[in-house]
Amino acid sequence: MKPFEYIRPATVAEAVAAAAQPGAAYLAAGTNLLDLMKGGVSRPDRLVDVTHLDGLDAIETLADGSLRIGALVSNADLAHDPAFAKSYPAVAEALLSGASAQLRNAATVGGNLLQRTRCAYFYDTASRCNKREAGSGCDASEGENRTHAVLGWSENCIATHPSDFCVPLVALDAMVEIEGRGGHREIALDELHRLPGDTPARESVLEPGDLIVAVRLPPAAHAFAAHARYLKVRERTSYAFAVVSAAAALRIENGKIAEARLALGGVAAKPWRARAAEDVLRGVAPAADVFQEAARRALTDAKPSGDNAFKIELARRIVVRALTLAAAGTPARMPALPASPFASTTGAIHA
Amino acid sequence: MPELNLTSAPAHIRHGSNIGQPLTRRDGVLKVTGQATYAADNHPPGMLYAVTAVAGISHGRVISLDVAAAKRHPGVVDVMTPEHKPQLAIDPEIKTNPFVFRMEALQSNEVRYANQPIAVVIAETLEAATEGAALLAPRYETLPPLVGLDAGESFVPPVVGVGNPTEIHRGDVEAGLASAEKRIDATYETPPQYHNAMEPHGIVASWDGDSLSVDMPTQGLKLSLARIAELFGIAHDKIHIRSPFLGGGFGSKGLMGGPPVLGIMAAKLVGRPVKLVLRREQMYGPVGHRAPTRQRLRLGVDGEGRLTALDHHARTVSSTFDDFYEPAADASHTLYAAPAIRTSHDAVRVHTGTPLFMRAPGEATGSIALESAIDEMAWACGMDPLAFRLKNYAEVEPISGKPFSSKALLACYEQGAARFGWAKRSLQPRQMRDDAGLLVGWGMGTATFPALMFQAEARAAIRRDGSGVMEIGAHDMGQGAWTALAQIAADAVGLDIARVEFKAGTSDLPDAGIAGGSAHTATAGAAIHSAGAAVIAKLADLATGDERSPLFGAGNAGVIARDGRLVRRDDESRGESYAEILARAGVAEVEARGTGAPNPAAMEEYAMHAHGAVFAEVKVDPELGQVRVSRMVGAFAAGRIVNPRMVQSQLFGGMIWGLSFALHEEAITDRRTGRIMNANLGEYHVPVNADVPPLDVITVEEHDPHVNALGIKGVGEIGITGSAGAVANAVWHATGVRVRKFPIRIEELLTPR
Ligand SMILES: Cc1cc2nc3c(=O)[nH]c(=O)nc-3n(C[C@H](O)[C@H](O)[C@H](O)COP(=O)(O)OP(=O)(O)OC[C@H]3O[C@@H](n4cnc5c(N)ncnc54)[C@H](O)[C@@H]3O)c2cc1C
Ligand code: SF4
Repeated sequence: MKPFEYIRPATVAEAVAAAAQPGAAYLAAGTNLLDLMKGGVSRPDRLVDVTHLDGLDAIETLADGSLRIGALVSNADLAHDPAFAKSYPAVAEALLSGASAQLRNAATVGGNLLQRTRCAYFYDTASRCNKREAGSGCDASEGENRTHAVLGWSENCIATHPSDFCVPLVALDAMVEIEGRGGHREIALDELHRLPGDTPARESVLEPGDLIVAVRLPPAAHAFAAHARYLKVRERTSYAFAVVSAAAALRIENGKIAEARLALGGVAAKPWRARAAEDVLRGVAPAADVFQEAARRALTDAKPSGDNAFKIELARRIVVRALTLAAAGTPARMPALPASPFASTTGAIHA
Repeated sequence: MPELNLTSAPAHIRHGSNIGQPLTRRDGVLKVTGQATYAADNHPPGMLYAVTAVAGISHGRVISLDVAAAKRHPGVVDVMTPEHKPQLAIDPEIKTNPFVFRMEALQSNEVRYANQPIAVVIAETLEAATEGAALLAPRYETLPPLVGLDAGESFVPPVVGVGNPTEIHRGDVEAGLASAEKRIDATYETPPQYHNAMEPHGIVASWDGDSLSVDMPTQGLKLSLARIAELFGIAHDKIHIRSPFLGGGFGSKGLMGGPPVLGIMAAKLVGRPVKLVLRREQMYGPVGHRAPTRQRLRLGVDGEGRLTALDHHARTVSSTFDDFYEPAADASHTLYAAPAIRTSHDAVRVHTGTPLFMRAPGEATGSIALESAIDEMAWACGMDPLAFRLKNYAEVEPISGKPFSSKALLACYEQGAARFGWAKRSLQPRQMRDDAGLLVGWGMGTATFPALMFQAEARAAIRRDGSGVMEIGAHDMGQGAWTALAQIAADAVGLDIARVEFKAGTSDLPDAGIAGGSAHTATAGAAIHSAGAAVIAKLADLATGDERSPLFGAGNAGVIARDGRLVRRDDESRGESYAEILARAGVAEVEARGTGAPNPAAMEEYAMHAHGAVFAEVKVDPELGQVRVSRMVGAFAAGRIVNPRMVQSQLFGGMIWGLSFALHEEAITDRRTGRIMNANLGEYHVPVNADVPPLDVITVEEHDPHVNALGIKGVGEIGITGSAGAVANAVWHATGVRVRKFPIRIEELLTPR
């Protein structure tokens, strides 16, 4: 392993100062970063360990009714917080569908947002990758790419962002609080990740030294609690990234959808908010045909980036199913197989 | 288990006191408390760490390595390259016997597959060695690689598997097809797969002058020893290998590969003990894999649903520099009674590490294709798949016409089907749903695996205190040899298992043969059995020839060994303890050796196989195509069951591997570079707990007087066969979609709405 400097700052300000230098990286639980370092994919000179910073591990309800989640809260602690799971069930379901119990116990909120793509060519240092080494080329574009992006990709990069957590968060208009060299600022999560364009190596809008300190869900987000689901199709029942996923959240009043939220995962370099589909749903009664229309709208701009045309049809079907499940109502208890198409399996068989 | 009176069994051994008991693993507590030392747990004083640098291309030449940069890195002690290495006594390219495979021991700068070792960095710490390897920054001359089943020119290999004929036929297949009422012609593909044992291949090697001490996991202690001896030009008795535990092998630790040889070379180069452990991704190359196959099956049936012909052709791959051909089509030799059968193979060469034995080599790949084709034909005939199999049940081995030494397959079908509830299956596909609306499908497959025997030797002794010793260089890969073989040993010397010191797992013990081919318990067990019989016979001689003994005059066959005593067969109240016999004779111990080996006469006369029937239920999301297995029942007949608990675990493991074969496992290979893109356990999918349904294993009683003295057939591999096909057939039954390329992917099941 490449030798690196290890710094454990006492305060956020020290952390920002230490991480602003070229070659520095924040270390949270390291479940992604250390793998990348062992593989020679990331070779930082300096690790700034933020896990000992005070005050970043709280889940708190603010005066205006919004919820603030510290960047160091673990994925597991957040998902298993009863009040959180009750108010934001799709987010809890997404968290519990990710990785494994061991990884979720370690992984942090901030690290989950900024986890890197799982594109195999990005991980394989013998391959060319514009994200790993700007301008070197993209070996995925003519390679094994059946799980790559169908939305928002460019010739320079067809990778997806793999996070489950981010999908319902972006649907619920989550905000990201950042401390940087210029002080405190906040941006919408939808603005955090960049599409690849000509600069796939620049994955987010963060500047050197920028530290995510919290994620905030606005007051309106818990209004969807009664009708919110996350659905994730994957190639084994657990412990696999999404082939495609969707978060659907509905506010239903008098039998009509007052407001709909929809986002897709595993389809683009960022969690993909499908606003055009949301528009179709506003003010109508939940029904199969409107869900179909929403699904069509959500994928209007989709195009295969390789051997992955099936993901477009799969995404449409997932949207329909996620909306159907959301309309049926959030289950009283978290399913044993969160976000799985098999979540509601009971057992009895009939012809 | 009732007493067996086998003709070949010595009369004074009584089976059943230890054999047949579901003992838990005798090494279990060591393992769960972390006290079982695997090879890489050893740290002799002064040990250094070696890390291999591996090729980033699959074909070409290394033209430069920045050795200076690696050596400058703090902690790096030396860098072993083709130019700087200890000389081997023989060229590793020479195949000195059929079980020697070519390996890369830095003999040249040629690259013939990705992840091939190209240099070894030796350092004070693992971290320094790892960074040193990265700093080598190899530059290559890259040549276009051959990739995939259609690469280059195909050819017919001289043999497949271990010496099997490439093509075999019986009867006239073309005539059988021509006369058939119905025919199917279907092509199936299976992907490259990697063993992925939990424990990576590793070695700790220490030289002391020209003596060598080695800790490494091996499924073949004596084969490894002989290979090390010839490569390093040292006598067998100068080498000591310890391999008490393997964290799985599945065939990848059977034959000596390049990486452990590099570890021994590195230790020699630096004159200190060296540890070399492969990283997970480095296991995708130099230590074998299961080759991909493309299999074409042509079947014909008459108006009654009886097979008229079965033609099974398999295309596979080998490396560009050595020969191993997955004998996939041979799976069609034994199961279905077609009057005309032909099996044939061809191959192409690709830039990959040489494929090797991987759990059920040939049987697993062949079985999923054969069982799928049988299922397709049953459907074409409008017959229930079980009824179709029964109609084509083979009373004698179809390819040879030989009778079976034993075959309780009918009972497997019957008991498995009953437990599963198969009779309620709808004939038509896509008919069954659960109350969540998921499609439900039921499928089945027949399991089969040959009952093999290799050569082994054991040494038994009875000591003055009445206790026993059994020594055999057997291998516990997790399957339970420490327990099952000790059970056989205890019965063989007529003692309680606690009174027998059972020694295994080191190269100074008698040769147990290779732990492979599902033959270890049978082979090592037979040697133990015969060594035990021989030592008891010596003990009996001491007693029956001594007029002071109550056994005087009973004759060797007139005594029975039981619970540490010899008693008269005609009057069990008369007898004496082992300790008494030895004390009076004034000897410290009696010892004897015994061997286990195949019986050529029996093999000439009988076809010997284990059998089974596997039934699977899957659920498939009708719109989203995700599949989950919800139930599996497997009924297996494999001769005598030495330890029902271990056997059940082996069969569970096999069935899970079958599920994995059908739905998960695939090494994704970049078609341009031949590099494997998912060489890690995050992305190379094997089932996780949530994928594994309740499994139900039935072991069907089967007595086989011919396979070996103990009547044991193997259980290590058969569980995969049948299971993979059962899951695939269940997916068809659920969806009506026949997927012929494995693993079955979601996109294949996204049927139009
Ligand atoms: C085998 C495996 C399977 C997985 N499966 C899934 C899955 O199914 N779904 C899923 O969503 N995820 C999955 N993951 C990914 C997992 O969720 C992430 O690894 C984890 O969330 C990262 O969190 P961390 O705290 O370990 O981050 P780290 O690894 O410590 O950091 C990740 C990145 O974020 C940066 N960073 C961390 N914290 C901050 C901060 N506060 N401010 C600024 N930058 C920061 C780091 O510099 C680094 O670049 C899987 C991971 C593995 C290894
Ligand atoms: S898709 Fe993006 S991440 Fe993958 S190889 Fe291409 S540039 Fe790199």
